[in-house]
Amino acid sequence: MSAPFSLPALPYADNALEPMISAETIGFHYGKHHKTYVDNLNKLVDGKDLAQMSLEQIINHSAGKADMAGVFNNAAQIWNHTFYWNSLKPNGGGKPTGKIAAMIDKAFGDYDKFKTEFANAAVTQFGSGWAWLVQEGDTLKIVKTSNAEVPFTKGQKPLLTIDVWEHAYYVDYRNLRAKYVETLIDKLMNWEFAEKNLSA
Amino acid sequence: MTLQIKHIALAKSAKLTLAAALAVAVFPIAQSQAPAAPAATATAAAPAPAVFKQAPLPYAFDALEPVIDKATMELHHGRHHKAQYDALNTIAAGNPDVAKMSIEQLLANVSKFPAGVRNNAGGAWNHDFFWQIMAPADKRGSPSAALLQRIVADFGSVDAMKTQFNTGGATRFGSGWVWLVVKDKKLVVASTPNQDNPLMDIAEVRGTPIIGNDVWEHAYYLKYQNRRGEYLANWWQVVNWNEVNKRFDEAMK
Ligand SMILES: [Fe+2]
Ligand SMILES: [Fe+2]
Repeated sequence: MSAPFSLPALPYADNALEPMISAETIGFHYGKHHKTYVDNLNKLVDGKDLAQMSLEQIINHSAGKADMAGVFNNAAQIWNHTFYWNSLKPNGGGKPTGKIAAMIDKAFGDYDKFKTEFANAAVTQFGSGWAWLVQEGDTLKIVKTSNAEVPFTKGQKPLLTIDVWEHAYYVDYRNLRAKYVETLIDKLMNWEFAEKNLSA
Repeated sequence: MTLQIKHIALAKSAKLTLAAALAVAVFPIAQSQAPAAPAATATAAAPAPAVFKQAPLPYAFDALEPVIDKATMELHHGRHHKAQYDALNTIAAGNPDVAKMSIEQLLANVSKFPAGVRNNAGGAWNHDFFWQIMAPADKRGSPSAALLQRIVADFGSVDAMKTQFNTGGATRFGSGWVWLVVKDKKLVVASTPNQDNPLMDIAEVRGTPIIGNDVWEHAYYLKYQNRRGEYLANWWQVVNWNEVNKRFDEAMK
């Protein structure tokens, strides 16, 4: 079997986000969950035209198609997790500066209002899913998606994300999703990555 | 469904006494915490009277070891399930249409209510059911002759039923439940997302669940992490067949 998709390297050491996210969590989340999505997608596209497509093309092609739910779920979860690892960094979080800071003030009023709205989306996503800061046209928005759904299939450009599947926080925070979310926003958000994702 | 009817009756009588007690107790607390707030705000901020009351776990938290660990049971009953009862009571406090119904009535009419009812009445019922259809080792029993006969008729064998059930649980993407349901006097496997269940008027497969397993990650993550399949396979060891037999008989009447 050819394997057109591979697990991207983690952008930091597995203990680089401690104590906010433990090496144990990364071990399962990156080493098992993220890897399983890659392995599953490789099996699903084996011998098919899909194997020639990019990950983004597969996601856009399979989105909303009931008979392609398995392909979509695994492809989108590969993309989401890679985006999540890049949305985090050691010594990140808190108030951004520069262009993105100005856009946040314009879209939400101020950083604290952004933070409240982002945290609220992450905490109220019922079940498994994701909270996102996205760019839509020339403005910023907070959205939440369920399970594997990605904002870019609806024309929204992801800038940052927080994984709120229970596997993302259960080892370190148990049921306390709100505490996990607030910790990530305060201490781990990678604002350079968010700014890089802005379309010109 | 005598068991469930009895359950409703209990919940309703508990509701009246608790509401009466809280009506007295709650006001002074709320006012002392927020003396400057207008009366209406103080009332709204008060803890919701417990219209719906979470029952204690019907066995010890470590009774399902080693299949389900004590810490998982404590968190699952004491935090996740409790939070659903708390949220449902908060909704009921602001919505008399919710407060006057039983949980089963809410589920049967869930399409008429806001999503919070679907999520929290669903979660409250699903976990109540889940605790009851599991039991400590000496209380588990085995499938009755009538149930076995139905399983063989609908699936070919008990193993084939378990395989289909486990596949249903493994392939429920994200959070949800997998069920063995009595529908039109036959048994079928179905799975539902999040806290939905087969009693809801929105369910794809509507019927009476007699077995159900929670495949939210919180149900197994501390012990099994990403290995949902292993959890599903092991879980059959703790099933309370005595309770399942009873529910099957009621559903087939
Ligand atoms: Fe994840
Ligand atoms: Fe649960």
